[in-house]
Amino acid sequence: MSSLRKVSCRTIRDTVEKLFLSASTDLGKDVFGALKKAASAEKSGLGRFALDRIVENARVARKEGLPICQDTGMAVLFLEVGQNVVVTGGNLRDAVQEGVRRAYRKGRLRKSICDPISRANTGDNTPAVIHTEIVPGSRIRIAAMPKGGGSENMSSVTMLLPAAGVEGIRKLIVDRVREAGPNPCPPTIVGVGIGGTMEQAAILAKKALLRPLGEKNRRDRRLAKLEIETLREINRLGIGPQGYGGRTTSLAVHVEMMPCHIASLPVAVNIQCHAARHKEAVI
Amino acid sequence: MSKIKSIKTPLDDRVCRGLRAGDRVLLSGEVFTGRDVAHRRLYEAILRCEKLPIPIRGETLFYAAPTPAGPGRVIGSMGPTTSSRMDPYTPKLLEMGLKGMIGKGRRSAEVIGAIRKHGAVYFGAIGGAAALMAQCVRRVEVAAYGDLGPEAILRLAVEDLPLVVINDMNGGDLYEKALKRFSKKKQFFK
Repeated sequence: MSSLRKVSCRTIRDTVEKLFLSASTDLGKDVFGALKKAASAEKSGLGRFALDRIVENARVARKEGLPICQDTGMAVLFLEVGQNVVVTGGNLRDAVQEGVRRAYRKGRLRKSICDPISRANTGDNTPAVIHTEIVPGSRIRIAAMPKGGGSENMSSVTMLLPAAGVEGIRKLIVDRVREAGPNPCPPTIVGVGIGGTMEQAAILAKKALLRPLGEKNRRDRRLAKLEIETLREINRLGIGPQGYGGRTTSLAVHVEMMPCHIASLPVAVNIQCHAARHKEAVI
Repeated sequence: MSKIKSIKTPLDDRVCRGLRAGDRVLLSGEVFTGRDVAHRRLYEAILRCEKLPIPIRGETLFYAAPTPAGPGRVIGSMGPTTSSRMDPYTPKLLEMGLKGMIGKGRRSAEVIGAIRKHGAVYFGAIGGAAALMAQCVRRVEVAAYGDLGPEAILRLAVEDLPLVVINDMNGGDLYEKALKRFSKKKQFFK
């Protein structure tokens, strides 16, 4: 039996804090590069104007340590906890929530979380949404993702008829982006989760957004093809950057899939705005 | 692309009449921020015939809630939120003389109709360009509903805020125009 590895709550808390601080101000190189490339290729004058401002904004945010977007999101975390890890000095959930609380206070990030009915703000941007998975090994992988509300509002889970097949899935993805139009701050990244159950499809779609831009699905060639074809179709819609018109409506479509029930075909479409912020660390 | 127009708040009929969907403008002067809960409160106060905490006639509302300001700064990062959430309350505000709105995303048919009827304008600000946009803000003060924290109504003094006209008072709609011009009809698959 392999020996147990101790990881302190303090380390977890500080890592979470650091990840959210960095994600909010420092746009990933992959996204930044894709935006720059899109700006130079965009034919629409207003679309180009929007992309140029977005690229310049990312530069200013990084240089000045300012949040890229005022919507610093709901804190979403994916934790992969190795089964040989022992968490010491407290409990894992509290450590993560405390890391989020500290990041939003220290980084002067906006506190955007409220009671769904009274709409009263919780004041510290907690609770975070935490997806935890127990995996083999003795490490903890943490992915932190501040997720904005505008693009999340344009996302959905649909239980398709199995007869809809891959054509039905294609149509659904493109229709969702068309219906969202200018609202989710295009150019967007489209995360798609196929299969599992209703909630599993949504989690797959969100996880798909963590994949580096420009990387296609490597596990399944059918999905890689679906990604390319739906992206091409989306970028023919004409919505363009910010809905001002143009060819850059989405930067990528990322599809993840798992088997589902013989009666079902769940498909989740999770839309991510151009401020696609996420950082990872391994403890 | 048309040339960039510099305009000042408060907006009047003459300025609004001259603006067309797709125009780029640089807006200077005072604007008020206001989003979800602030809109609901304003609307409910109007229905109860109460005096409003901010003037509406001739004013411009920016659907935004900035991040907190760091040391030596007037504001953190600030950009538009999705305007459609304010749609249920907006025709009433337009009826009361609201002239300008700054946000992002489509408006309802009711809002677009009220923009035409009352002679107003809806501007788009670039969503997610918030660190850059904040550089246009010169002064910030809480104008109303301070208890709402990030959602409070702020009075902002802005200089050369870069905007695009989305809906004009002549019925022009940039989002519709953009789709007509840039969408490609041919489908790769049915």
